[in-house]
Amino acid sequence: MILAQPPTELQPGFAATLLVILVSATFTENILLTRFLGMCPFLSISRQLKSAVGMGLAVVFVTTCTCFLNATLYWYVLEPLKAYHIPAESLKLILFIVVIAAFVQLMEMLIERISIGLYFALGIFLPLITVNCAILGASLFMINKDLHGLSALVYGFGAGLGWMIAIVLMAGIRQRLKRSKVPAALEGPGITLIIAGIMAMAFVIFQGMIKL
Amino acid sequence: MPGVPEQLGPRKALLTQLWVENPVSRQVLGICSALAVTNRMFNTLLMCGGLIWATSMSALTLSLMRNWVPKRVRIMVSVLIAAVFVIVVDIVFRAYFTEVHKDIAAYVGLIITNCIVLGRMEAFSGKNPPLASLADGFGAGMGYSFMLMAVATVREVMGFGTVFGYPLLKGFMEAHQAQWVIMIMPPGAFFVLAILVWLVRWIDLKRAAAKAPAEPPAAPGARREQEAPK
Repeated sequence: MILAQPPTELQPGFAATLLVILVSATFTENILLTRFLGMCPFLSISRQLKSAVGMGLAVVFVTTCTCFLNATLYWYVLEPLKAYHIPAESLKLILFIVVIAAFVQLMEMLIERISIGLYFALGIFLPLITVNCAILGASLFMINKDLHGLSALVYGFGAGLGWMIAIVLMAGIRQRLKRSKVPAALEGPGITLIIAGIMAMAFVIFQGMIKL
Repeated sequence: MPGVPEQLGPRKALLTQLWVENPVSRQVLGICSALAVTNRMFNTLLMCGGLIWATSMSALTLSLMRNWVPKRVRIMVSVLIAAVFVIVVDIVFRAYFTEVHKDIAAYVGLIITNCIVLGRMEAFSGKNPPLASLADGFGAGMGYSFMLMAVATVREVMGFGTVFGYPLLKGFMEAHQAQWVIMIMPPGAFFVLAILVWLVRWIDLKRAAAKAPAEPPAAPGARREQEAPK
């Protein structure tokens, strides 16, 4: 356990810790292939490379920001409330989902105002993100791992990046798959799940390399 | 949801969700948790209980409120309703199943964003009377549960050689080193679920193929015309 005593910010070794968090969130604990989060959009939006990249970018952006926001709110607002016998453990679910939904709504409006090009590239994926369990999952796992401030930001970025890598890889494979013959009953979700299984086997290799 | 007419009676709604529109095998929804908790049957059973409770109760609640919720904030309201019921599940599990709760805590919280819960609220209980919505939600939960238990059974028996923790084949497996470790690990979940989906679709195709020649051959031209637009 490298992070048993996490060095606080501005201490030597903090950058290395951040790197460990990033690599482990992206690869060893890939949120999609080892934690199975965000499977629904993974199966439905991975038909084309272009939309997979768009969805991936939107997820990276939203996880990064919401993880940071949620960490700040949890450690500075909910955690002190525990002293007054308020069940922070249960309230955090409501807090996180409200933060995520509000953030996504806000982003959608902002992007629509600022850049119409970006809106058409990312905007259509934003409403789908509120119900993407990878986002809420990243926040929950982050709290389990006891990450604060900048570490939480990096964890969120890594989790989103891991999800994006997985969906982009899958979209690439599925585009090629159009030209191959798949048994009729296995078409669609069936073959996608099998490919995901093989990809998950590849990611199992990373297990144990770095432990957060 | 495709294939579900707007108005369904409670009984019909339940049965449709159980097999014809089964959330896991047909719509491939809500499988995040389906994959994550299925390496042990007991965990799966708890998770299914939580999900059945959350889907039925939130469907009922949304259906009761459906005329007062403005369209723009609908998703927000649905998520909050789901969150309330999931927190109840979380507290109950924490109190009575402390050991298991540690393993599946994050996934219990994630029932909030489970596509089945939100999907049923969005597609059905926002437009239908309370009783039908309750049945629809319950049916979706049950449909999810029996698919999940099937996956969990395969994974636990092949991976650990136990059934609900009871050593069924364990001695034999250890003696012959026949445990399938991959069944416990993440890839196993994908493979077992894929095979299940495959099986269900295969049964469908078989049935469709068995039905097709049985139709009266009196009007083959008419049938061909029907198929043509596909």
